[in-house]
Amino acid sequence: MLEIRGVHTFYGNIEALKGVDLDVHEGEIVTLIGANGAGKSTLLMTVCGSPQAQRGSVTYEDTEITRMATFDIVRLGIAQSPEGRRIFPGMTVLENLQLGAITTNPDFFEDDVAKVFDLFPRLKERSNQRGGTLSGGEQQMLAIGRALMSRPRLLLLDEPSLGLAPLIVKNVFRVIEKINKEGITVFLVEQNAYHALRIAHRGYVMANGKILKSGTGKELLADPSVRAAYLEGG
Amino acid sequence: MADITGSVPEARSLDIPSMLKEAGITALLVLALTIVMVGFRTIDVPGGISVNYRFEAVAVSVGIAFVGRLILILMRRGRSLPAMLVLGPLVLLQLLALLVPDTFGILQPYPDPVLNWLIVIVSVMLLARATWANWHTSQEFTREQLEKRQDESAAKAQKILGYLGPVLLIGALALPFFFSGDRQMIDIAILVTTYIMLGWGLNIVVGLAGLLDLGYVAFYAVGAYSYALLATHFGLSFWVCLPFAGAMAALAGVLLGFPVLRLRGDYLAIVTLGFGEMIRIILLNWYQFTGGPDGISGIPKPSFFGIPMERPEEGVLSFHSLLGIEYEPVHKLIFLYYLILALALLTNLFTVRIRKLPIGRAWEALREDEIACRSLGVNPRNTKLTAFGIGAMFAGFAGSFFATRQGFISPESFTFIESAVILAIVVLGGFGSQIGVVVAAIVMIGLPEIFRDLQEYRMLAFGGAMVLIMLWRPQGLLAHREPTIRLHPKGGAPEPGEVGTDAPDAGGTPETTAERP
Ligand SMILES: Nc1ncnc2c1ncn2[C@@H]1O[C@H](COP(=O)(O)OP(=O)(O)OP(=O)(O)O)[C@@H](O)[C@H]1O
Ligand SMILES: [Mg+2]
Repeated sequence: MLEIRGVHTFYGNIEALKGVDLDVHEGEIVTLIGANGAGKSTLLMTVCGSPQAQRGSVTYEDTEITRMATFDIVRLGIAQSPEGRRIFPGMTVLENLQLGAITTNPDFFEDDVAKVFDLFPRLKERSNQRGGTLSGGEQQMLAIGRALMSRPRLLLLDEPSLGLAPLIVKNVFRVIEKINKEGITVFLVEQNAYHALRIAHRGYVMANGKILKSGTGKELLADPSVRAAYLEGG
Repeated sequence: MADITGSVPEARSLDIPSMLKEAGITALLVLALTIVMVGFRTIDVPGGISVNYRFEAVAVSVGIAFVGRLILILMRRGRSLPAMLVLGPLVLLQLLALLVPDTFGILQPYPDPVLNWLIVIVSVMLLARATWANWHTSQEFTREQLEKRQDESAAKAQKILGYLGPVLLIGALALPFFFSGDRQMIDIAILVTTYIMLGWGLNIVVGLAGLLDLGYVAFYAVGAYSYALLATHFGLSFWVCLPFAGAMAALAGVLLGFPVLRLRGDYLAIVTLGFGEMIRIILLNWYQFTGGPDGISGIPKPSFFGIPMERPEEGVLSFHSLLGIEYEPVHKLIFLYYLILALALLTNLFTVRIRKLPIGRAWEALREDEIACRSLGVNPRNTKLTAFGIGAMFAGFAGSFFATRQGFISPESFTFIESAVILAIVVLGGFGSQIGVVVAAIVMIGLPEIFRDLQEYRMLAFGGAMVLIMLWRPQGLLAHREPTIRLHPKGGAPEPGEVGTDAPDAGGTPETTAERP
């Protein structure tokens, strides 16, 4: 579904991605883990076209999207819950969801909102509250919910468990599995390696702008070097 | 640190040197600001220009700033008693000086009585506040609490004004009947309504889309010249030219939009300001086409959808002979009033509706977070261009109205100060608040027109109001954003029809698909 081939991305002179190859197949949950500054968020953003890859190619369902504008890429059926959530602080929960649905047929809106509220009942209680006054966890739920409103076929999540209480983290991963079972492919960037690899079909480990390792979720969870770096004491 | 008295929370220890320093800095600032502008005054004398010195006025201003600042510091630190002790005698002296000028006139700070009374009024207000604070231990609010309270009261005020809306509308419709003989009142009403329309139009660009446009008057000018040129050269009627003028202005808006798309905030403001000046200078210098500084005169008045509103002549169909009423010149004025009222209401209706459509939502979202918008599939370029274009279109409509009402236009009507006044109306009213614009336009345009005698002090009041707004409510008087969509307050299951009960057309109608950016 998504093919990333030899992608190099630069911030000015800094080479943040140094030739990344990665695949996401239809129906999968693919997890990407790595240390701070490894380039995980950069990779996710490169898929969405800002910044664009300087070399290499990104292909989504046989369409090359390397040089496309972000808003056009999104319309192909890719949705992103970006790092830092980026919800609209002055708008209510419901309005945020409405903006998520801005590229879809308005006839779907009511059903889709009901679905999102089903996944996150908290959002329903707070539907008329301004986004900026939500707690961090609620904002995260809103960011995921908003991404789902565009009816994506590929969902990119950047650290959805960041700053959440352990119980909520479990819940978020349960929700991600549920979303996946409903047919949405998920590409997940996480620091919470244990949970993220457990639900993943496949995973990648990234360091210094390169992919170090890849394998099924189970394999990576059992891998001694992964355990040492990301699961124990880390 | 250890404040043993404790009972009054805000009574912090007094630090005299730092107080004096703060007051001194204020006084120095005032000195720097006034020494040139107030201290020297050029006067015409036979055979040239000479300079009058008014250093006593500078000294008085500096003194007032110093003492005033001290009193404010005292009050801020919860020492209202000393503030009262300083203020009380000063107010007494002032009143004596003003009321018994023969004996105490020498104590008047300025030669101008209005200024002196202003100072007395402000001092009395401060004194009242200090007195109040002395006997009531007031709660101290944090900035956030304060803003929340203000937002709540703005929401309330908006709600009340929202109910008042229909009343205001009926009042506006009935206005000519109350003042049917009073040409001046109707003239003022026309003027105020024109500014309301301009404010609403600019509100689309600034309030909704968050693009700070300091050159809005340029589009007003494009609209006015479009109509004036078409009408005087080709004899086209107002109603034919109106859409054309709107389109021309919208085109100008899009043309300006293209180069400034990447700019934000201050940079955008500066470029739009430049654009506004450019248009004015082109109008001034393209003599063959625009008449340059001479302007265009003899612009025809609008007809009643093709039926002239002029004095009836034999054999010519006219509005009055059609209705069988006596001809009165004031009818023409009343017609103009209804015309601008209709145009303004159109602008308002349009804005209220479009906020609930995807394009309007995208404008508001773009103002909040452009990157997030992009990642949701909003094309920021097209979205901004439509905001510029549509905002400019309404300015173009207003411009043609201006041309037809005045009968004469020249570049002088489209200076930067017009843009500033329109922007001030939007800022004062509260970004994005429709009713706020009405209130602000009445305050800013209507009151100064009614109190013409105080014309000299208009800028003083204007500046004062702006400073107060910036201090207490930077987001504007009635800034409170109403969500465009709501769940049922009971929070029941969002069944079809439940979502967006306030806005039944918010998400579901087929025409929304057409409006998509
Ligand atoms: N806008 C930017 N300008 C310059 N350098 C950047 C920019 N964004 C990221 N970088 C650099 O690129 C590298 C990769 O950053 P990235 O955000 O992709 O890391 P990450 O793997 O997501 O880390 P984390 O786990 O902390 O989120 C870092 O060294 C970072 O400093
Ligand atoms: Mg990151």
